[in-house]
Amino acid sequence: MSALSVSYALLFYVATLIFVIGVARKIWIYAKTPAPLKIPTMPAPVTKSGVVLRMAREVVLFASLFKSNKWIWLFGWLFHMAMFLVLARHLRYFTDPVWWWVNLIQPFGKYAAFGMLIGLLGLWARRFFVERIRYITGPSDHLMLALLLGITITGMSMTFVAHTDIVMVKDFFRGLMVGSIRPLPDDINLLLHLAFVAALLIVFPVSKLLHAPGVFFSPTRNQVDDAREKRHIAPWAAELDAAESGN
Amino acid sequence: MADFDIPELKEIPEIPPLKEGAMAHSKPFESKPDFQEPLGFPGELVDNWEQVAVEKLGELKGKFRSLQVFLDSCVKCGACTDKCHYFLGTADPKNMPVARQDLLRKVYRRYYTFAGKFFPKLVGAVDMTKDVLDEWYSYFHQCSQCRRCSVYCPYGIDTAEISMAAREIMDAVGLGQKYCNEIIAKVHKIGNNLGLPEPALADTLEGLEEEVKDDTGVDIKFPLDVKGAEILLVTPSADFFAEPHVDGLIGYAKVFHETGASWTLSSYASEAANFGMFIGSYENMRRISRRIRKAAKELGVKRIIFGECGHAWRVAYSFLNTLAGPWDFLDPNYPVPQHICEYTWEAIQQGKLKFDPSENDHMTLTFHDSCNVARASRMGDKPGGQLEIPRNILKTVCNNYVDMPENTIGEATFCCGGGGGLLTDDLMELRVKGAMPRMAAYKSVVDDYGVTNLAAICAICKTQFAKVLPYYGFTMDQIVSLHQLVGDALILSDAPGDDDDTDDEE
Repeated sequence: MSALSVSYALLFYVATLIFVIGVARKIWIYAKTPAPLKIPTMPAPVTKSGVVLRMAREVVLFASLFKSNKWIWLFGWLFHMAMFLVLARHLRYFTDPVWWWVNLIQPFGKYAAFGMLIGLLGLWARRFFVERIRYITGPSDHLMLALLLGITITGMSMTFVAHTDIVMVKDFFRGLMVGSIRPLPDDINLLLHLAFVAALLIVFPVSKLLHAPGVFFSPTRNQVDDAREKRHIAPWAAELDAAESGN
Repeated sequence: MADFDIPELKEIPEIPPLKEGAMAHSKPFESKPDFQEPLGFPGELVDNWEQVAVEKLGELKGKFRSLQVFLDSCVKCGACTDKCHYFLGTADPKNMPVARQDLLRKVYRRYYTFAGKFFPKLVGAVDMTKDVLDEWYSYFHQCSQCRRCSVYCPYGIDTAEISMAAREIMDAVGLGQKYCNEIIAKVHKIGNNLGLPEPALADTLEGLEEEVKDDTGVDIKFPLDVKGAEILLVTPSADFFAEPHVDGLIGYAKVFHETGASWTLSSYASEAANFGMFIGSYENMRRISRRIRKAAKELGVKRIIFGECGHAWRVAYSFLNTLAGPWDFLDPNYPVPQHICEYTWEAIQQGKLKFDPSENDHMTLTFHDSCNVARASRMGDKPGGQLEIPRNILKTVCNNYVDMPENTIGEATFCCGGGGGLLTDDLMELRVKGAMPRMAAYKSVVDDYGVTNLAAICAICKTQFAKVLPYYGFTMDQIVSLHQLVGDALILSDAPGDDDDTDDEE
């Protein structure tokens, strides 16, 4: 087995581990940290099903962002939705036989890459040309976009310019899934693509990519407006009451 | 009139080009040991304040999910950058919500994240230094916690939560703000923001009874500490003195009188405002709230109703059950607490109140949605009732009503510029500039529809507008209390003789 295949295999094991444990740890922290006060941004739904709907509008349609700024919404939404299609298409490299719905979206998933590209370029351009956004942009914000663009461009060049030995790639990842290291094509596009993806997995739990789990835990979006009907109290706040019970 | 430039009013506020450091000089007076200690804070800056600050941040992010999630989730998309009235009015980029949050976030990153510990430059993480603390003191007192940014953030990040945490940390190291902390100390000691003791309050209310009697010929009561009354009215203490607040109080009293309600004020809980929220102190907010619980128990009331006050209504509607509940000793047929607008609107719907809206014909009105009412509370049983009910009342008691432009009212409402513990003369430049977007929206309906007055249901908004309207070429009496309009149009069924309006001034 080539040193290259072994290094990439190890890289992906480590990256996946960091990603899974890192994100799980953050989700655990978000879940166990109490929200002591009712702070939904009003007007807010008064039922749980209303909150599910509100949250769905946020994560599927980016409703608040749409209210805010049509350009950011357009590029941001395009990028994210295209990315989900592309990610779903990639399931074909991990499943055998390939699930029917993955086959169904295959052509859309292929061209969605252009959506990602346009979205990322649009978002990055705003970081240079809009004064306010330039002001709030730091080096890590540029790096994150560079990384995502790197993944997109190397991926697209394998789809549309120079195909890699995709059967071999699939065999490599299917192998990793059962703990066996199999050869990986030494195609520079592929190697870059995979290295960028591994880097993204590694930085995910320590970067602003935490917005993905974070949005589901945002009290201003996920709380029901029922403060008068139900007493909402955090454990640490209940202790204050217990300490002076009787009044 | 002012030693700073007053912003020009454009049709719809434009996004200004950035002026770095434009408001770096703005900071409120610092608190004194006498005001700090009753709140449980060190009297002055403690020696190891860097460490205390960082530890306090760690404690708060473990107690408030909002803080932990908001510090992690921002992607710097820019959606909030043009939403803050202080940014629009001052052009200082640190008044963009994301930039304000980053003042705290960069410290959080340095001490509590992997990236900030090992790659501080890359992610903009910095040590807790005196410069950082000074910057916090300036810019976290340029946020009125109005939540407008949170409406537009794709993750619902609410800068108010960040500002509250920052102020709590500053209090913990002994750097408090005089205005808020002095007032909170007064509430803990006496029961209201003004430091008005029971005899003075009783005297004031008696004076009001006489005034209203002269005006209407009717014995309208302003009861105080009446045991066994059905309703406890908790209203901002500004309602006892300030203009136009007191006209609102007279309006509530007339409504109670006409509905035959048995009601009382409490001298012990003589304040609806709760500045504990502004300084982000759960403990102080709770202590203030529990005065209301104690008063309600001692007076044996069945219901609690709040007067016109924005942040007070947020604390009342959203937090009171948490802070001072459960309210199982009150009448379960009514929500606890209720807003005076809910009470009045219900009475209107039940046909208990008759109006002559022509009494308000000398005005064309518009309504200023107070930020804490619009974005942090509700009235009635449907979402958005807090926007509809006050307008429904206004349209009942006035013939001439016009809304300001859509993107400046409702959930998009602009803060008056004086909320969140900033209603102090030492922040006058900030208050005037922060009022610019609201003033621009107001001007547009003044110019286009001949609007003459602005109604509000918040003590802070009323005081702020009375102060800043003249800076923009209006007069201070253009701000009116909603219940002033109710009271003026209300037909008192026991009024003597024909109401021939002979004494009508104007």
